[in-house]
Amino acid sequence: MATTITKPESLVGKRVRRQEDPRLITGTATYLDDIKMPGMHHACIVRSPHGAARIRGIDTKAAGERPGVVAIFTGKDIAGLGAVPCASSLPGLRVPHHHLLAQDRVYYVGHPVAVVVASDRYIARDAADLIEVDYDPLPAVTDPEKALAEGAPAVHPEWPGNVAFTFHQDGGNVEQAFAEAEVVVKQRITSQRLIPTAIETRGVVAEWRSGEHSLTLYSSTQIPHLLRTLVAGILGMPENKLRVITPEVGGGFGSKLNVYAEEALMAFIAQRIQKPVKWVESRRENFTCTIHGRGHVDYFELAAKRDGTMVGLKLKLIQDLGAYLQLLTPAIPTLSVLMMPGIYKFKNISADITGVFTNCVPTDAYRGAGRPEATHGIERMVDILAAELGMDPVEIRLKNFVGNDEFPFATATGLTYDSGDYAAPLRKALQEVDYAGLRLEQTKAREEGRLMGIGISTYGEICAMGPSPALPAGGWESATVKIEPTGKVTVMTGASPHGQGEETTFAQVVADELGVPMDDVLVVHGDTAVVQYGIGTFGSRGTAVGGAALFYALQDLKAKMKKFGAMLLDSSSVTLSGGHCVDPQSGKSVSFGEIATAAYHAKRLPPNTEPGLVATHFWEPPNFTFPFGAHLVVSEVDRDTGEIQIRRYVAVDDCGKIINPLLVAGQVHGGVAQGLGQALWEQAVYDDNGQLITGELTDYALPKAHLMPWIESSHTETPSPVNPLGVKGVGEAGTIGCSPAVVNSVVDALSPLGVRHLDMPLTPEKVWKAIEGGKA
Amino acid sequence: MKRKISLSINGKPYTDEVEPRLLLIHYLREVAALTGPHIGCETSICGACTVMLDGRAVKSCTMFAVQADGREVVTIEGLAANGTLDPVQEAFWNEHGLQCGYCTPGMIMAAKQLLADNPNPTEREIRHGLEGNLCRCTGYQHIVNAVKSAVAKAGV
Repeated sequence: MATTITKPESLVGKRVRRQEDPRLITGTATYLDDIKMPGMHHACIVRSPHGAARIRGIDTKAAGERPGVVAIFTGKDIAGLGAVPCASSLPGLRVPHHHLLAQDRVYYVGHPVAVVVASDRYIARDAADLIEVDYDPLPAVTDPEKALAEGAPAVHPEWPGNVAFTFHQDGGNVEQAFAEAEVVVKQRITSQRLIPTAIETRGVVAEWRSGEHSLTLYSSTQIPHLLRTLVAGILGMPENKLRVITPEVGGGFGSKLNVYAEEALMAFIAQRIQKPVKWVESRRENFTCTIHGRGHVDYFELAAKRDGTMVGLKLKLIQDLGAYLQLLTPAIPTLSVLMMPGIYKFKNISADITGVFTNCVPTDAYRGAGRPEATHGIERMVDILAAELGMDPVEIRLKNFVGNDEFPFATATGLTYDSGDYAAPLRKALQEVDYAGLRLEQTKAREEGRLMGIGISTYGEICAMGPSPALPAGGWESATVKIEPTGKVTVMTGASPHGQGEETTFAQVVADELGVPMDDVLVVHGDTAVVQYGIGTFGSRGTAVGGAALFYALQDLKAKMKKFGAMLLDSSSVTLSGGHCVDPQSGKSVSFGEIATAAYHAKRLPPNTEPGLVATHFWEPPNFTFPFGAHLVVSEVDRDTGEIQIRRYVAVDDCGKIINPLLVAGQVHGGVAQGLGQALWEQAVYDDNGQLITGELTDYALPKAHLMPWIESSHTETPSPVNPLGVKGVGEAGTIGCSPAVVNSVVDALSPLGVRHLDMPLTPEKVWKAIEGGKA
Repeated sequence: MKRKISLSINGKPYTDEVEPRLLLIHYLREVAALTGPHIGCETSICGACTVMLDGRAVKSCTMFAVQADGREVVTIEGLAANGTLDPVQEAFWNEHGLQCGYCTPGMIMAAKQLLADNPNPTEREIRHGLEGNLCRCTGYQHIVNAVKSAVAKAGV
């Protein structure tokens, strides 16, 4: 048995192509709409065409007579069921009762009013058109500042004024800081409403098994376990009789981190009609009924010394909540407050949030969720201050960064930044573009009358959500690792990835820890009957929390394997390396497969050891992680048309230790695309009556291939001490770092014309007007 | 009033009675039971439903099944021959040209069309060739790399 064991090359840190791809590139993956069942019916939802209206009556007769229609449900049918849940709690929060279907009133365009169920999706849609709803339209309000104005229509008649909550936080002594400051700059900055736009819309299939009194709910969701608990609550059914299965999910970006009326409705309907029922959202429904993101109007005041030392920041934040509170709606702006100081060391802040009801679809978590708004604010304010003081935006940032010797760093908002070297990515970005040379080029361009800009953002983000006290329903994550009798490895993760690639990165971690080939590892997720309870994938937590849980489960298994190895080798101490247990004294070894077999055959057992090789670990993180980085944008603006050309996009991100650089690059690119979308093109526009003007992809300007610049992505690597993998999370970095770098660049380009600030999106029309205004 | 149509999908003959209003994408997914072409927008913007019709890439969400009568459809399922991936599929895998994968079948079909029209495209030509297909995950950069890599493999 004596063999030479060579430790296989470590896979963590390597560019490995993904395990999940073969099914995706061949069209053989199973997304929600690919699920078909015998006897399956189709639901179509009748929705409000009005932003606000009273329902005087609903006539379903003609629809009900249509052949193929089996059932129609309206508000009265579901009045006894629970509400769509809001999991956030804030003092004094007004939570409207969010019925699954409208009762006597509709509050936004798209508000579900009735459901038609038919044998075929075309028939369901035909029948939905036959339902007559008699509306009495009411005045609506869609702009959060207008909603706060005296005499504005009340979104919820019981709460005139439209304030859902106010929230105050302060740290240090902001009044004293402002009193002692030598300069104060102020700016109103908006982060417009955005539509997340996963290319796969939402969808639900519900299957009731009457014999077992059990229900299987398939949903395109980011949070299968939380969905199960909460839908069971809405329906009043035992949680253990409800199984949630998440098939392949075609993108989420936060929009599927929620519990929606349709999920509970389909579960309810399947029981009523005793048949499987499917509902797949149309794109128009996705735009009008799935949560939107952002929706901020922020008033910032930044106080500083004349030498550029920042001393305090005030923020009045108006959050457009929409008509209802979805799962995390009111919590999102509180994340903005947490990150409002950015990565700067000043310790005096105050923030006042006003959460405002409007006749729009609710806002909630969309990629970045509160942190892009915060970063956009502080990074714009730093540039505005630098301009005021005549300082270089690089110099002012370097002067104010938290120093490398100050970690762990306690912030004015009560956080503890884990680790960082904030100047490193900035210096790297500057070096890559030859910053001094660029500034010379800019001077020359300006002499020629060209509008060239250089914009920087140095961002920090709060990731790896998060310690349980900070989240409404647990911030831990779970992993089970099973070494099968044949030595194959099955991982079950409570994080529910949907494009992030954890089937690959987790297999890399397992391969390194256990010394098995990656191809022997299967990562299973998204089925509550198979996978132990978990929280889900959002807030850049999949690997930073779920991966850590996996790491600890693997350590438990390794310890157990060593016990079996020692028994088989008659040794008191063995090492586990390269997929073998080795007795260093004798040089003898047993293979991974031999140990697995011995553990299950159990002819002999080590002392105090049970048969089998299965370990489950629920890992509670001691802190968040805090990735950071620097994005630098070189732009040129066309004086005649206002069009912006991004000449260079340099992203230097520090997401801690990198497990797979290929996948990290993908996350950065995708994040930057969504940040650029916000900076340049995207905006959900409601008119004053509550109509969503950008209600289809024909009207909502999503980034396209030919519009994207080449992203020059690189990294610094500062491990996080929070988890054993040293990872920080990278899902949202690109989005958070991007928008201020773009806007800073364009404002820099226009600064010779006296332009000091522009709100997103920087459409050619808006930029052209600014140029024209500057000339005047 | 249903109409009888006969067409070839991925080299196999199909004959069915369909409603004239049935969209080709619904025919492919619901009647022919394919899972490769996806529905993303129903307005010809996103391209997730892209398939080849008589050798040209079309968006199958905005044409009727009856319009495909007598014609030849190739979907993503028809690309890999005898278990060997098409070079463009292989390139998407190698270059991480997908994340959630939902746009991928349509994106690969659009890339096939692009390369058929222009076997050695510049980066700019690749980007313009794919502007009718939306991806929300990748920022397109790895998709561009995938197309470039398929070109390099083809040795053009």
